[in-house]
Amino acid sequence: MSDEEKRIGVFICHCGSNIAGFIDVPAVTEYVKTLPDVVFATRNLYTCADDGLTSIKESIKEHKLNRVVVAACTPRTHAPLFQGTCQEAGLNKYLFTFVNIRDQCSWVHMKEKEKATEKAKDLLRMGVARARLLQAQDEVKVGVTSAAVVIGGGVAGMSAALSIADQGFPVRLVEKESELGGFVRNLSSVYQEREDAGALLKTIIDRVRSNPNIEVLLNSEVISADGFVGNYDIIIDTKGQERNDKVGVIVLATGTREYIPKGLYGYGQSPNIVTLTEFEKLVKERKLPKLSSVAFIQCVGSRGQDKSYCSRICCNVSLKNAMNLAENYKNMRGLEGTGAVVEAAAPKETPSEGGERRHGRRGRRGGAEESEEGGASEGPKLEIVIFNRDIMAYGVDHELMYNKAREKKVRLVRYTPKNIPKVSVDSGKLVIDYWHDTLQMQRRMTPDLIVLATPVTSQADAKEISMMLKVPLGQDGFFLEAHVKLRPVDFATDGIYVCGTCKGPADIPEAVSQGIAAASRASIPLARGFVQPEALSAFVDSEVCSGCGNCIEVCPFTAIRKNEHGKAEVTIAACKGCGNCGATCPENAIFMNNYSDEQLLAEAKAALQEAKG
Amino acid sequence: MEKAESSVLVIGGGVAGIQASLDLADKGVIVQLVEKEPSIGGKMAQLDKTFPTNDCSICILAPKMADCYGHPNINVWTMSEVIGLEGSKGNFKAKVLKKARYVDENKCTGCGECLEKCPTKGLPNAWEQNLTTRRAIYMAFMQAVPRVAIIDPEHCRFLLEGKCGVCKKVCKREAIDYDMKDVEMEFNVAAVVVATGFDVWDPTRSTEYGYGKYPNVFTAMEYERIINAAGPTHGHIQRRSDGQEPVTMAYIQCVGSRNPRTGHPYCCSVCCMHSTKESMLAREHIEGIKSTIFYKDMRACAKGFNEYVERNKRDYGVEYINSDATVQGQTEKGNPIVSFDVAGKSHQKEFDMVVLAATLVPSKGNVELAKKLGVELDEFHFFKMQNRTLDPINSSRPGVYLAGYCAGPMDIPESVAMGSAAAAKAMEALVQRKVFA
Repeated sequence: MSDEEKRIGVFICHCGSNIAGFIDVPAVTEYVKTLPDVVFATRNLYTCADDGLTSIKESIKEHKLNRVVVAACTPRTHAPLFQGTCQEAGLNKYLFTFVNIRDQCSWVHMKEKEKATEKAKDLLRMGVARARLLQAQDEVKVGVTSAAVVIGGGVAGMSAALSIADQGFPVRLVEKESELGGFVRNLSSVYQEREDAGALLKTIIDRVRSNPNIEVLLNSEVISADGFVGNYDIIIDTKGQERNDKVGVIVLATGTREYIPKGLYGYGQSPNIVTLTEFEKLVKERKLPKLSSVAFIQCVGSRGQDKSYCSRICCNVSLKNAMNLAENYKNMRGLEGTGAVVEAAAPKETPSEGGERRHGRRGRRGGAEESEEGGASEGPKLEIVIFNRDIMAYGVDHELMYNKAREKKVRLVRYTPKNIPKVSVDSGKLVIDYWHDTLQMQRRMTPDLIVLATPVTSQADAKEISMMLKVPLGQDGFFLEAHVKLRPVDFATDGIYVCGTCKGPADIPEAVSQGIAAASRASIPLARGFVQPEALSAFVDSEVCSGCGNCIEVCPFTAIRKNEHGKAEVTIAACKGCGNCGATCPENAIFMNNYSDEQLLAEAKAALQEAKG
Repeated sequence: MEKAESSVLVIGGGVAGIQASLDLADKGVIVQLVEKEPSIGGKMAQLDKTFPTNDCSICILAPKMADCYGHPNINVWTMSEVIGLEGSKGNFKAKVLKKARYVDENKCTGCGECLEKCPTKGLPNAWEQNLTTRRAIYMAFMQAVPRVAIIDPEHCRFLLEGKCGVCKKVCKREAIDYDMKDVEMEFNVAAVVVATGFDVWDPTRSTEYGYGKYPNVFTAMEYERIINAAGPTHGHIQRRSDGQEPVTMAYIQCVGSRNPRTGHPYCCSVCCMHSTKESMLAREHIEGIKSTIFYKDMRACAKGFNEYVERNKRDYGVEYINSDATVQGQTEKGNPIVSFDVAGKSHQKEFDMVVLAATLVPSKGNVELAKKLGVELDEFHFFKMQNRTLDPINSSRPGVYLAGYCAGPMDIPESVAMGSAAAAKAMEALVQRKVFA
């Protein structure tokens, strides 16, 4: 290639007046003609318009151009268009380069036209210097194994598996426990409709079990994954038995576990101080003790007490349970129809609350204002208090549930981190001393049961999985998606996706949504049947490589590994051409396609030359 | 016409609709993306930064908008609305009305020469929350996609009186077409994704906040445009009354929401966080500004949100007061007076500027659209999910799927995820059709 005669064509865009209004385009065009190897230079009112594109195609043929430079708006939006045009005219698209003279020149130098013109000349001289050294590249098409593995059989994983399967692809659903269902197996009810959680799970599990495209592997773990998007070799371990498998994509849905509040609010000092999940189990197993007063304490171990984050779901789970107790206490204890009598409970709070009333119009504290006194409106009196910092009843359903709980006389008492409720156990009796902010006084209650709403937290094996798949964990210990706003279920590494509570606290509908979303993303390479990365990848000169492995460490895409000779080797399909490895290599053994040292230095040298003419 | 088995109709070109379209198109599905505005991008395009990373909103969205418009499998129909949907899952016939733009999308390059010459000036620029003006021919906004001008037929002199024609004269691309007519189109599609987003509630409908009465009371959306470098004040925070920079600012939460009297008893899920972001950004614009946020419950309950609020208190000195607040008048200098409670006592305090976290409500067009699509709305006019727990993506009509705020309050990542999820469900419908056809 280097011996070939360079014939560079340059197309300079006026962009209406966007460029031509501030840059002397005819002067720049004349200047460009003086640069080495430029055999043709022209200007267009709009290079991107039909006539502009036609002019590129015709000039490539007429002037036998083998390099094309377009100086115009920005490559961000327009490079693919011009690359396509070159390709249509039979010129390899990697022999095209873009010079940005609008966004980075005319628009930022609107008040200094002469300097803008000089800068445009500089930029073009650099672009032409780079173009001289461009090399044609071939894009490789790599086939895809048309199957997915979903790691984790909770609601998120099952939803992902179902959707991938229903889009026509075989799925291995790998669950380390002996049954499907994940965290939801702990729950008694699902809060929106107070639907039975077991029944809900059964519906989803039945869908999974009856789907011919899903293979469920229980008591199983993925213990190794090697490869890149479209082509992963994985090993699934089932009770010590290993199975080698090939999949195209991996969906991570490993779920969550409950935080254990050691040393907080008397946890462990009394069997009647339980976590929210333990409470759910008591309800589910109909083992709820006889109650006349229950306190829920929110944010136990979260929002700065230990974990820095808010666990999103616990307020609503507490509200659900509080409301359930208020409306449905008998049934929850399994006493309905047994003729058992639930005794009415006298209010246990001191001092008496006769003088208490709400403040202002519709309660100025609006949110977690303590509501008026009284237990459940009908039947036995049951005092229910939720100590909270803020009630996270976001959206429609949660907020309506919140309002309803207040109507049911569930009392909401706000506390601040500086003034948290104090729990003590006095010869088996539970005592909560707390500050009532609205009343500005210290108060006491003696509940029969204290429920601690602790956050959900990352799984014990999260770190292990993160290292196996080379996908990151955030500071909070949850898996970290590629972009918190716009790529919520992708990892930065193509081919691996994430959903549900292993990514952060989420309720069931959110986990289901995310599962289906991950299925959408994961099935893109499967539906296409191939991956075709851009040919701007890194290459290792194995004769120079010392095998130090630095490049492997810095590669964010797991695209480099050591080969059997102990040398670094790039998986082109996984490489995104970011250049981290090249910059790190102490031996200069790594070069980037079309971003070689030679090319970059030529551009830098050109930048330092004076513009003539 | 495209074959139904390979096509999907996406209604709404905000971030949820864009994501749904891109996922489908990347699988080889032909997407008809219908957007009623002149540009795709939706509300996200109007925001300054996004919480909790303070990424520039349009900067991260613009590449997606460009991908969407340039995708060979996506047909973007701006200025268009769905007017009917017949058939059933796997085999719908959708009718779409494309309104006349009077500028040929294939010819206009967005150079902007006509915009400078149009003699009809001073029209309210709704996209900029009426904080600035536009002419009768205008660009939806600077980063609009497509970057094509549009003529406002209600104010264009040529369209009204047959006089003028300046834009046509200056357009070297001959893109101006005064004779353009509304066009009715028909698409065969296998599935439909509804992603029509939300409207911002108008706080002039409530007297408690003095919006529209006291000039230095703003909505959060106005404020997003004010702090934006490309906005009407080029990012300078200014009072409406005198153009002065504020020194004290108040943010009032739950304006119009969590309030049965406005018909919106629900929480809009995002205001706590956008006010936190806006107060943080104010400090980045004006050294020494003092901000106070009045809130009911600080709902900082997704990834990194609680930490973001804590950082705002610690590093930006923003004060959070747990109280309802109202605006009860203004001082002679035009400072709104905010009334609130602390520890059971009522207080009044003046601020230089007040920003209202006006709630986000279902689009006005939902009732009409739901009728045309044959799907149900819930009691608040959000599109109704078939089963919120099990099938949160399905609408009440098989083959019609939901994405984003039109199905209920949610933030950007949730909308994006739901956009992808709706694409997955639509893809399932396509696959089923091929199998069972």
